[in-house]
Formats: sequence, structure tokens, C-alpha cells
Amino acid sequence: MTNPVKNESRRKLLTTTAYATAGVGAACAILPFIDSMNPSSDVQALASVEVEISNIKVGEEKKVMWRGKPVSIRRRNAEEIQAAKDVNLAELRDPQEDSARVKPGKEEWLVTIEICTHLGCIPIAGEGEYKGWFCPCHGSQYDTSARIRKGPAPKNLEIPPYEFLSDTKIKIG
Amino acid sequence: MSNHIQNDFEKSLTEKSKVAKWINDRLPIISTLENTLFKHAYPKNLSYWWNFGSIAGIALVVQILSGLFLSMHYVANTELAFNSVEHIMRDVRYGWLIRYIHAVGASMFFVALYAHITRSLYYGSYKAPREILWWIGIIIFLLSMATAFMGYVLPWGQMSFWGATVITNLFSAIPVVGNSIVTWLWGGYSVDNPTLNRFFSLHFLLPFLMIGMILLHLVALSTSGSNNPTGVEIKTKKDSIPFHPYFTIKDMLGFVVFFLVFGYFLFFYPNSLGHPDNYIPANPMVTPAHIVPEWYFLPFYAILRAVPDKLGGVLMMFGAIALLFALPFLDRSKVKSGAYRPLFQKVFALFIVNFFFLGWLGKAPAEGWYIWASRFSTFYYYAYFLIILPNLPKFEKTLPLPESIDEDYKSKHT
Repeated sequence: MTNPVKNESRRKLLTTTAYATAGVGAACAILPFIDSMNPSSDVQALASVEVEISNIKVGEEKKVMWRGKPVSIRRRNAEEIQAAKDVNLAELRDPQEDSARVKPGKEEWLVTIEICTHLGCIPIAGEGEYKGWFCPCHGSQYDTSARIRKGPAPKNLEIPPYEFLSDTKIKIG
Repeated sequence: MSNHIQNDFEKSLTEKSKVAKWINDRLPIISTLENTLFKHAYPKNLSYWWNFGSIAGIALVVQILSGLFLSMHYVANTELAFNSVEHIMRDVRYGWLIRYIHAVGASMFFVALYAHITRSLYYGSYKAPREILWWIGIIIFLLSMATAFMGYVLPWGQMSFWGATVITNLFSAIPVVGNSIVTWLWGGYSVDNPTLNRFFSLHFLLPFLMIGMILLHLVALSTSGSNNPTGVEIKTKKDSIPFHPYFTIKDMLGFVVFFLVFGYFLFFYPNSLGHPDNYIPANPMVTPAHIVPEWYFLPFYAILRAVPDKLGGVLMMFGAIALLFALPFLDRSKVKSGAYRPLFQKVFALFIVNFFFLGWLGKAPAEGWYIWASRFSTFYYYAYFLIILPNLPKFEKTLPLPESIDEDYKSKHT
């Protein structure tokens, strides 16, 4: 060696710094690519849907599409509302009062995203032990407040953001 | 531990041809291939179980070629995908043939792959010095499953859509970040056009990663050498024969039989291995009454459904494959080949029967006694790896191993 290294530790610090900088740079360069796979702006734009609900009879359900997901608007009968209210919260996997899942004074209307919280299938309304929803894929069962009662799903059916524009019209989103 | 016995039966191409030598002196591609594939000695007692590796290889080549031609006509757009597949089936010249080759070929590839893995499990091919060879194999298996899953989504039928929904939702079981990951995977709030587009890109890319992995698999193989039915390593030249012509011709015979089976399904029952619901265009508003994955995923799907907890089910399902990575350390027996392990043969036979049973359960509805049966079967699947294999050597009296491959060979063939 004609040029012996004078300061071994100084050289080591410099190479480590160079590697670290390159590493951080590479990581930063990857970020935009990872993020490009996230929902694009047009998908993200929170689309809202207005739905006429006067034509839904008691005990019936209407399905609408919102953000590519099916939303169920169900007009519950008195029996179903009572069944949903009478449940002992301690029995529930994801405890929630029925009143927290509907708009005050509008107990008749249950609006939910009709996607099973297990693996995303669409459960069938009015089926199962609790007459709420039954998921054909892996057997999850929901009650008339769309709360999970049996089967592998961990959570109640999700409630989308919505409001009543009038007594016969709601806006989802 | 590497295999030092080399065969000198065959002259290198570089010695036979001046052109080959000229090229090889500048780009050592010929000697590298020769060294990787042909130079090391092969046990002379390999059975037909050793045919499935090369069969899986040719099946992958068939998939890549047929897939390339399909991609020239397919459109990865939710509005057009289903119709473009029907266009391939009805209008494209020989499109029906190419698509059926690709669809049936996927099943054929997995048949070969499962047979290849079964061979390794029985003859202890995962044990020292072949652990890395085995690990690369599992990575190829995982890549195959990812590729097959994404390929099945592309025709955009009902099973495509709902299969994609269920499988991507598996990731929502991850605590805290699960939902963000699923949204990221979808590129939206449900399986939709961005999802279909990226699945097409990845479905095209992954097979090439598989080829890279297969090359590593072969390099590892040429380093440790092939295992054989006795599990006794090659000791002298008498134990071995060269790859060419013996195994080149034997592999060709395997290909012939393979393509006969392939052709039988292709020309007579091309849809028997798929699900009729996938000929219904995808509908995000209606889930089919009965979602089933392709047959090669059924055992793992049964494990998923056996567990009543979401995260638990997902972990058990992925764990069933992750467990294979630990197998070289879980199996404590010093004897490699199952042929000399009487107790192992029994638990192994039960493992195989149990695996088929799991597959059958994966197709059955998730209700009644099926659920309990799949719990028992899942338990045995795990117990085989975690309880039985580590403890078996304590009870098992193994049969005497032959002194060498040659001795075993003589005792059977003279």
C-alpha cells in the first residue's frame, strides 16, 4: 500500500454516512410509487347519493351503490325494532345500543353498508337466526340492528355518513 | 457437505465445438449451464417421484407462453375484461385453445407442484444440506399461489370478483393498519378497476420472478445434489449416473405422460376444474350463495374457515404455509427417507389423507359437522408438524439403512 489509511475511524464514519444518506434517499424515492397505489383523487372525491325512500314498504329493504359499495336502507317493522332494543349489551361482540345506530326519531330506518365485516361478502337481508342478515360465505349472523351476533365477523355492519333531507329523502355521503 | 462427486462421462460442449469455446471464453454461459445442470452426479436410483420438478418447470413454460398470447387480446378494464375473454373464446383464432391451455395449465402446474412437494415431504428432501433448496421451493410455491389467485381475477366473473374481495379482505384482519392496507391494495374503497389493472400487471410480472427463483433452486440443487429414495447421499461414483442421457430421456417420458393427462382435460373437460359461476359477469351487488376458491387453495381455505375468529383464521391459514419454513428443524429424525421409518409412514399417510379431506371440506358449506371436521383436520395438520415430527424419533425404531445407493440398487435389481 502506497497510501496507508491515516484515520480508519474517520473513513468508516464517512462511508457509513454515505450509505445512510443513500438509504434514506432510496426510501424517499420509493414512497411516491407506494402512494400511487392508494385511491386516486377521482375515486377519493366523496361522492354522495340522494335516495328517495317513500317507496320502501315496512319490512322491505332497498339497495343503493355508494363509493362502489352496496348500502342497504331497511325499513324495520315494530317487532324488529323491539327485538333490536331488547338485546342485553353484555351479550354483544361489538356492543352498541340500537339508538346509536339510527337517527333519533327515525328508528324505522336502518342504513348500513351491506358488507360483511369478516371478509367483505354481501350478507342476505332478513335471514339467519336473528332475522337481520346472514352471510353465505362464512356464516356470520347479524341482528335487526345489523350488529354481529354469531360467526367469524368481528364487528357490526358499518353505518355510512347520511342525513335526512326530508321525511322521504336521504343523502348518503 | 456439497456434492464433490462429478461425472466425467460427458465432454463439455466447449471441448467439442470451437464456436462454443469462442463464446464461452467471452461469456461463460455454456460452462455455467453445464455446471449447474449436468456436471454434478445424479443418484442412479431416482424413482418417478423425481419427475415432477421438471414437469412443473415445463408447465410454467406453457403458462408463460399461453399467457403471453392471451395478453395480446385481453383488456384489463372492468367494463371490458369479461367481454374480452369471451372475444378470445369466440372470435380470436384458436383463442379457445390458448385460453383453455392457460386455465387447465394452471391446474396441471399445481398438480405437478403438489406431487413435487409430497415427494420432498416423504423422502426428507428438506433436511440438511438442502434447507435453502427447500426454502426457495416454498417461496416458489407462494409466488405460484399469488400468481394463480391474481390470474383468476382477470376474467372478471362472479368468482373472480368475490374471490378477490374475500382474499384481499384477509389483510383487514391485521390490527390497526389492516383497513388502510386493504384500501391501498384495492386502490379504492372496493375491488374495482384499479384493482383489476394492478392484478394484471402483477400477474404478468410474478412468473418471471418465479423463473429467477427456479434458477436459484437449480443452483442450490447442483450444490447439494439430488436426494434419492434411500436418503443416503452419493458416496462413490458407483452410486451415480450422469444427467444426460439417463435423466434427459426419463424427463421426456414424464413430459409425454404429463401432456397426455393435460390433453385429456384440455380437449374433453376444459371446464371441469373451474367454477361455472365465473361465466357470470362480476356483480358487486350480489355475492354468490357459495364462494369457493380454485381447487388448489381449498385445503388452506378450509383452515381459514375452521377458526371462528377473523384474525385467528387468517393467521392459521398463512401459518399453515409459514410452518413449512421451519420443517427442517421440526423433523428431528436422523434418518432422511420415509422408506426406513415405519411409524413416520403411518403419520405421513394420515397427513396426506387429512390434506385431501381438508380440500374436500373447503368445498363444503361452512355449517354443521363440517366445521368440527375442519377443526379436527386443521389440528392434525398442525400437530403433524409441531408435535408428531419433533417427537417421533423418541419412539421410532428405524429400519437399517443401506451402506450405499449402489448396495441398495444391487439388492433390488439383481
